[in-house]
Amino acid sequence: MQRITELHVNGNKLRIDAAADRSLLSVLRDDLDLTGSKYGCGEGQCGACTVLIDGQATRSCVTPVSSAVGKKILTIESLERNGRLHPLQEAFLEAEAMQCGYCTPGMIMSGVALLGKNSNPSEAEIVRSMEGNICRCGTYPRIVAAIRKASQASKGGGR
Amino acid sequence: MNEDPGARTHGIADDSIEVERYELRDGASYEFDLELARRDFFKLLGGGLVMVFTLKTFAQESGRQGGGRRAPETAPKEIGGWLHIAEDGSVTVYTGKVEFGQNIRTSLSQAVAEELRVPVASIRMTMGDTDLTPYDMGTFGSMTTPRMAPQLRKAAVAAREALIDLAAESWKVDRAALTVSDGKVVDSRTKKSIEFGKLTKGQKLLKVIADNAVATPADKWKIAGTSVAKVDGRAFVTGKHRYTSDTKRQEMLFGKIVRPSAFNASLVSADTSGAEAFQGVKVVRDRDFIGVTAPDAHTAANAASAIKAEWKAEPQPSSRELFDYLRKESTPPRQNGGQGSIEDGLAKADKKLQQTYTVAYIAHAPLEPRAAVAEWNNGKLTVWTGTQRPFGVRGELAEAFRIPEERVRVIVPDTGAGYGGKHTGDAAVEAARLAQAAGKPVKLVWTREEEFTWAYARPAGVIDVSTGVRDDGTITAWEFHNYNSGSSGIQTKYDIPNQKIVFHQTKSPLRQGSYRGLAATANHFAREVHMDELAHLVKMDPLEFRLKNLKDDRLRAVLNAAAKAFGWGKAKTADHGFGIAGGFEKGSYVATCAEVSVDRPSGKVKIIRAVTSFECGAIVNPDQLKNQVEGSMVMAIGGAMFEAMDFADGKLLNGRFSRYRVPRFSDVPIIETVLLDRKDLPSAGAGETPIVGLAPAVGNAIFDATGIRLRGLPMAPGPLKL
Repeated sequence: MQRITELHVNGNKLRIDAAADRSLLSVLRDDLDLTGSKYGCGEGQCGACTVLIDGQATRSCVTPVSSAVGKKILTIESLERNGRLHPLQEAFLEAEAMQCGYCTPGMIMSGVALLGKNSNPSEAEIVRSMEGNICRCGTYPRIVAAIRKASQASKGGGR
Repeated sequence: MNEDPGARTHGIADDSIEVERYELRDGASYEFDLELARRDFFKLLGGGLVMVFTLKTFAQESGRQGGGRRAPETAPKEIGGWLHIAEDGSVTVYTGKVEFGQNIRTSLSQAVAEELRVPVASIRMTMGDTDLTPYDMGTFGSMTTPRMAPQLRKAAVAAREALIDLAAESWKVDRAALTVSDGKVVDSRTKKSIEFGKLTKGQKLLKVIADNAVATPADKWKIAGTSVAKVDGRAFVTGKHRYTSDTKRQEMLFGKIVRPSAFNASLVSADTSGAEAFQGVKVVRDRDFIGVTAPDAHTAANAASAIKAEWKAEPQPSSRELFDYLRKESTPPRQNGGQGSIEDGLAKADKKLQQTYTVAYIAHAPLEPRAAVAEWNNGKLTVWTGTQRPFGVRGELAEAFRIPEERVRVIVPDTGAGYGGKHTGDAAVEAARLAQAAGKPVKLVWTREEEFTWAYARPAGVIDVSTGVRDDGTITAWEFHNYNSGSSGIQTKYDIPNQKIVFHQTKSPLRQGSYRGLAATANHFAREVHMDELAHLVKMDPLEFRLKNLKDDRLRAVLNAAAKAFGWGKAKTADHGFGIAGGFEKGSYVATCAEVSVDRPSGKVKIIRAVTSFECGAIVNPDQLKNQVEGSMVMAIGGAMFEAMDFADGKLLNGRFSRYRVPRFSDVPIIETVLLDRKDLPSAGAGETPIVGLAPAVGNAIFDATGIRLRGLPMAPGPLKL
């Protein structure tokens, strides 16, 4: 079995030693202690594991780590810089767009990916784009409002 | 295999616990040593001022019974909670309640901050740690706001008064001149002030307060009653908060359990050699329990898959036969309520109606599946796990391993939801058993399939309603039989002189238990759809019909408020329908109006709008309350429209998100919430009640749009046949 020895995560080249068929999610969480990305279903259906790979929202639970080699991986941990939150993180706080918070990192990463492609999404576009993320506590309207707010706040929501 | 015998002896046998909380039945009792707790306080917390409040009633508040019921006056005192003001002035509140997204970490902090006159941000709250916090029967039943919050308030009041006493003594002044503000005691005449920390420095003061401190009334609230932001919110948006499954311990291994082939199956044989071949894997086999530990989760999963186990299962009913089965297997009923005579009532009726309503089993499906990290150290067991009953789980663990409770510690990190589904310690016991065998800490995280399959479901039910009504709209007779789903919400607030209300316990094919709202969702669905059917029978407007049979002011108020905000009675578009439903549960009142649209060619139903009015006494945090009401409505859509557990031969057929549909972004209608703030009434909980109005309101709206009456939940897993 091939071993994977390096990943590019949050701007850093990190050494790892993982079997190639392991999920990217498990490597991030268990080997790199980046526990912000969550396990929700293991079949790419809930979005709790969402990371960005080369800017694309990706369900890391169904992504073999081997397929992430050489690509730029961004996790939720990459958004806060020098104590300053990303505009979408701020927007989530202002909108109180969470209850138990478990879906929140995945929601934010999916939202960041959307705003990276569409700086001013309509509500319908947000709904369509975010459909793969589940919030079992039901805070969907607040999440939509947070994404709208962030898109207005930072003219693109990305950096 | 779906009932751990060890778990069953640590529940609660108490008539005040709703009958459908099956997972809590068959309990053994605890003994709590008050003196022991007192002795340990300062060792635990350090010097300063400790306020301990006790609870008067025994069985109700603590949820325990010690060998038979005792009268409240003779019952031993139970500690409800404690509050510590340290020598550095920091305020820490200790409560056995836990945070699952219902945001009591914030609302309880507001209550304490109010009375101590400190900013909310200065309150630390330690929750759900059986070594540090007082006993609590569990975070369920919407009890935190009406019961824990007032107690914490009173402790804070007593602390405030104790601090004033300390300052008065120290300054040798009359305490009447002293006030508390911003973490200090202040002499209002001289403006001399002293910080809490300096007052408590060098002290070891323990004050036990009973129930008589006077808290600030709601109309004078300055912190409660406002929309304080979620405490620790930043930790959630940054991914820094560590849930159970994020917890790491030194030398930790990963566990995996080999599950039976079917519900109620027993193990015939197991060949574990395939697993043993993996490096670093230990196989643990104990009667029907088979699990593995491994240095990483991947190896654990592969090793578990390599085990060849043979199970024997009996034939079991399938979801197709469910409702007939529930009726057939029911035991003699115990009557829940009644008055007058149904016979007389029906004789007085101009029209009679008999209908049957059904609800399917549904899954809680919290986004964080249950998990536990267990660690044994010198005979003491510590388990991190997301459970709504840390002390109950402590008991389960003590029993499972035959050790005293003092040698078990359960710690509940703020958890990724539960909705009533995480009351038992399944993952905790499993992880602890593996850790015991491995001699190292073990993390066990259930997969989503395990979470769907091996947790308990919300009970399914069959409800028969038989009524009589006069042409002028007066209901004369109301007979209501609920099979299996439960008796919460089974009583009606409508003024009906002749009633017979019966709950029938039955055998359940699936493991079942508490779910947000308990049986109130099922009972409100049946009742409020039936009310709609009666209204149409006598050709009355559904709102008018309800009001005609209802004196209860609070229910009238939410019905009217929802109807007004919704535009009840206004003109509709073609193929659109309006529906209304109202109810009462856990001390709070709700009414929902829904608008649906139906696409005739495809039969697809869309919920366009849902307006809910909710009243729970004095509102503690308006925006967070709104969040709970909205979230309940969204969650309710699942059970109303498409959620159902599908099973046959002891197997769950749809135990994953790709097969079990839950509400998503596109399912959400325009949601409006109308909160009625009753500062003159004590605050009630709000985590459950708002869920009950949605399903019947939508069902009634579908009837209004199509003339089709749907009497089973879920109502539209596929398109309607029009």
